[in-house]
Amino acid sequence: MAAEPDAARQNELVRLVRQDCGSCHGMTLQGGLGPALLPAALHDKPAEGLVATIYYGRPGTPMPPWKQFMSEAEAGWIVQKLMSGFPD
Amino acid sequence: MRLILSFLFALLLSACAGPQVRGTGDLGLVIERASGQVTLVDTTTRQPYGRIGGLGDLSHASAVYSRDGRYAFVFGRDGGLTKIDMLEAKVVKRVMQSGNAIGGSISQDGRIVVAQNYTPGGIKAFDAETLEMLSAVPAEYAPGKYSKVVGLADSSGNKFAYALFEGGEIWVSDFSNPKQPMTQRFPAGSQPYDGLVTPDGRYFLAGLFGEDGVAMLDLWQTEKGARKILENYGRGQEKLPVFKMPHLRGWSVAQGKAYLPAIGRHEVLVVDVATWKEVGRIPVRGQPVFVMARPDGRQVWVNFAFPDNSKMDVIDTLASKVVHAFEPGKGILHMEFTPRGENVWLSARDDNKVLIYDTATFTRVGEIAADNPSGIFFTTRAARIGF
Repeated sequence: MAAEPDAARQNELVRLVRQDCGSCHGMTLQGGLGPALLPAALHDKPAEGLVATIYYGRPGTPMPPWKQFMSEAEAGWIVQKLMSGFPD
Repeated sequence: MRLILSFLFALLLSACAGPQVRGTGDLGLVIERASGQVTLVDTTTRQPYGRIGGLGDLSHASAVYSRDGRYAFVFGRDGGLTKIDMLEAKVVKRVMQSGNAIGGSISQDGRIVVAQNYTPGGIKAFDAETLEMLSAVPAEYAPGKYSKVVGLADSSGNKFAYALFEGGEIWVSDFSNPKQPMTQRFPAGSQPYDGLVTPDGRYFLAGLFGEDGVAMLDLWQTEKGARKILENYGRGQEKLPVFKMPHLRGWSVAQGKAYLPAIGRHEVLVVDVATWKEVGRIPVRGQPVFVMARPDGRQVWVNFAFPDNSKMDVIDTLASKVVHAFEPGKGILHMEFTPRGENVWLSARDDNKVLIYDTATFTRVGEIAADNPSGIFFTTRAARIGF
């Protein structure tokens, strides 16, 4: 497991998820044009697939790749936090 | 004696602490998305005059106004529908109408407020006076399959047009009988993401995400069906990633042309609304989100999706090019013009400010503190079709 992002970077990533991912998935992550990202909605999905979806996007859907804004390890940290309850 | 009486009467009047008599034409509200509140604003003094909290999840919230401009109807993301008295600065009524909503609209006669919902997908009609539910149209486009509804817009005759994201259709529901709406369906194309009604109420356009193009329905001749315009504007080139869906509304029509955001291209597409043919495209500095014409149509202001959301470009419609490019603040999410367009108000989410600019000189003439501001809605919308 890769090292966690430092505290400042974690804050940036939390804000990115809430504000910018939130424009499709909802600021409270309960879903919008994109699906809900709450633990209950994600628990049966493999984490690697979710990391790939964030990092590379999902062709054929509006989900874009976010790789220019984060590392794959950071995408992994986001997935881990989403699956266990995302910080405010 | 009469003099004394009238003096006493005047004394009595001034002693009544009733609301100040005033109009609503220069009022508006700012959505503060993170804290579930709205700030009420006065565009003459450029100051806030009230703040109302407890409105739930207001991310992507929007508002429409009663025809007298007195009441605002705020549609929250969590399905909350709140009726606000703009003069008394208080909530009149609030209902939870769905689990996940994305906006709404008000009928031509002002009697029906319609909310559009993602979950469960469909629209619901409410009595504008009482917020009692009148009817619902579930967006069941195939047996057991429900679609998210986008682009809901009012048009003449208490009809509402909207598009189905998964269903790939445009629907028009006629609420002449508000308890028994009649719905017509038209194929639109792949993944409509938003819609607009032109300011005359005649055409409904649905922008498509899943393909290059825009679906167009003539609401005066629905028997002709929907057709596609701006087909293949990307000409098969690979799309740039879209980090936020653009928004469409009738505000993008100016000087006989519609200015529309291209999907996956850093361009504004220009369409002649007489022929619905592309007549130009204007390069801009990011994925356009809002492409809004100043009320006189001389300028079109453009903001952008992440990561370019600190920038704004201003197009001069006479020159057909960007004449002013600047970075007013961080996280510019929305804009609204004052009724006649001398000022524009911008919400700078990450600066926790609403910024007020003079549209002739591009100078900043004021600002208001607001907590993560997003949508700005002025009462002038009350009198416009498709708002």
